[in-house]
Parts: sequence; C-alpha cells; structure tokens
Amino acid sequence: MTNSKKMSFKIAIASGKGGTGKTTVSVNLSNLLNRNRYNTLLADCDVEEPNSALFFSEKQEMEPKECFQKIPEIDSEKCTFCGKCAEYCEFNAISIIKNLKYQKVHSDLCHSCGACSVVCKHGAIKEIDHPIGSIQHYRIKDDLNVVEGRLKIGSAMQTMLINQVKEFIDNKAEILVFDAPPGTSCPMVETVADADFVVLVTEPTPFGLYDLKLAVDVVKQLGVPFGVFVNKAGLGTDKMYEYLKAEEIMLLGEVPFDRNYASKYAEGKLLDTKESSMDSYYEYLVDEIKRRLN
Amino acid sequence: MKVLITSTGNTANANFDLRFGRAGWYCIYDTEDASTSFIENENKDRQGGAGTKAAEQVAALGVKKVISGDFGPKAKDLLNQFSIQMVILQKQDTTVQDVIDQLKK
Repeated sequence: MTNSKKMSFKIAIASGKGGTGKTTVSVNLSNLLNRNRYNTLLADCDVEEPNSALFFSEKQEMEPKECFQKIPEIDSEKCTFCGKCAEYCEFNAISIIKNLKYQKVHSDLCHSCGACSVVCKHGAIKEIDHPIGSIQHYRIKDDLNVVEGRLKIGSAMQTMLINQVKEFIDNKAEILVFDAPPGTSCPMVETVADADFVVLVTEPTPFGLYDLKLAVDVVKQLGVPFGVFVNKAGLGTDKMYEYLKAEEIMLLGEVPFDRNYASKYAEGKLLDTKESSMDSYYEYLVDEIKRRLN
Repeated sequence: MKVLITSTGNTANANFDLRFGRAGWYCIYDTEDASTSFIENENKDRQGGAGTKAAEQVAALGVKKVISGDFGPKAKDLLNQFSIQMVILQKQDTTVQDVIDQLKK
C-alpha cells in the first residue's frame, strides 16, 4: 500500500485568490489526463464547498465514509481539577476552575491534539468521536475517479478532513489531482505540502497578482516545484506577466476569458464544451506533467 | 461585592476597554470598601479562547458583576452558568474612574 502510494504522481491545483478557476483547471486537467490514458483520481480538497464532482454528469456514487475527530470528555468523579489539561491545551478548549470544582470542554475550540489525555495523571480524560464530515467517492470510469471531502456545517476541522481525504485514497491511480481550497492558510498548505507539482491558477488582475504572490511565497517555503496557469487571460493588465518574467516562474498555460465558457461553468457543463477548442490551452501543462512523470 | 471593569491600562485614569476577552487589563472594584486592584490580561493575544479564559478568571475571582463593551457567545455561556451579571457599556471615551463613579450613584 505504502509503495503504491508513493508511485502516484500528485498534482495540487491551488491559488491565492478564490474564483480564479482551480476547479475548472482540476476538472479539465483530470479529464484530459484520463483521455491520455492515465489512471487519474481527482481529490476535491475544497471541503467547505466541494463541487468538482458536479461537472461529471455520469458517475456512480459510492457509500460515503463518515469522518470523526477525537474530543476529550472529563470524568468529574476522577478529575481533581488540577488544571494540567487546560494548561497544556494550546487552543483554550478546556476550562478548569479549581476553587469552584468546575470543568468544561469547549468542543468547537478543540483541535484533537491529544495533549490533555497525555498530561492527565488521574485517568479522567476519555476521547470521544465527534463527526466532522464525510468522504464521498464517485466512480466516473474504471480509470477515472473523484473523491471529495465534505465538511460538516459548523465544523472548523478543514485541515483534519483534508488529511483524512488523503488517507482515504488507496491508490491505484497513476496521477492524483488535488483541487485545493482557496487562500494560503492551513487547509491550502495541507493540500499542497506533499505534492510533486503545484499548479497555481491565477487571473491577470491586480487582485489575482496580489494573492498569487502570497501563494508563491507559500509553495517556495514548502519547497514544492510549481508553475502558474493564467485563467481569464485578456482581462486586467500585463503586470502578471512582468512578475512571472522577473521571478522566472514557469507559465504553464493560458485560457482566454470567455463569457460563454463562464455560463457553461455555471450550468455545470464544463466537460461538454468542444473538446478540441479547450484542449489546446492545456497542451503545455499536460506535456509538462508527462515530462515530470518520466 | 466585587465588580470587574475592563480597562486599557493599570490605573483608574485609564480608558475603559470595550473588549472583554482581549482587554488589556481588568480592574476589580470592591463595592464594600471602594478599593480597586488591577490584573493584567495574560490571554489577550491568544489565538482563540481568550473570552472563555477571561470568564474563567472572573468566576475564580468571585466577581459578581462584569462591565465591558460586549461579550462573546462562549464567555456569555460561562458567565451565565455562574450567575455573573453582565453589563454592556458601549461608551468609547470614558475612563475606568467614570465607570466606578457611575456605579456609586
């Protein structure tokens, strides 16, 4: 299992700014790689709003897997109110008031690190499973699958669920495509950190450029090879290209802005557009991936 | 009775702090002997849970009334549990001394 996991080539599709086209690129790229005869799995790690699967009209939906986090429960009989657990809790998720013999766990602050149960000398802490969401597996074809994390409403455990999505992938696929959540915080880092290659999707607007710089900083710090894919080309300014040139960042491709295409997206019909017309924009990106696979 | 007033500094001349969990200082005013003491809020820069920590502190100190600009949901729950009265005072430019004077009236 471990060996086969190592063998899949992991591509993360990320961006700083939201709405640049991560899902568009993820879906098109996965489909195109599959048509190039690669066994491909698309993992939607945008667990707060997974939507990659929507674009595949014919799919077989598997039984969802429920996901949990461990949250401590304090046994009042055994607890001495020493306060060690609260002291070690980095997230202030435990309230202990010694003189009032009061204890409470704030489950929405808990990050399930387990420090409290390690530090409790009185065996007063038991860890209980709390649901954080689910993982849904869709089989599109034998050699094309989509897996998505779906965060439970109200849960703040995005990163933990993304981690569980990654664990879930068994992997027979040669190529894994991770559709990352927007931004540059923990959930994005969790998604791109162990990728073999990151595609940063951006748009040539001042907003796109500002957030791209943040994302570039993150992937550089993580030491993951990356390139930039410009979506909605023709909008905005030339500043994006000046930046890419100055920083010597690889331009992986461009898709021109097209109103009709945007409405196709809104209808969930990304993959129904004329194949030949869209494919050409991804040629270089697919070639780059092939180069890296060898 | 002990009353806690959120403060930006450690003297009665300091401005009243509108924040509860992230206030700079806490002034404990004792209505029995009109004495004041100040405690620095060690949790004000915590990433999360500053409000609950503050509420715990209030309960442990035996305070019966808290005056601040507002209270977050988790702090509210805890303070309610210990029947500590919350007083919301939405007044930016006022000193802790002014608040104490109002209490005396």
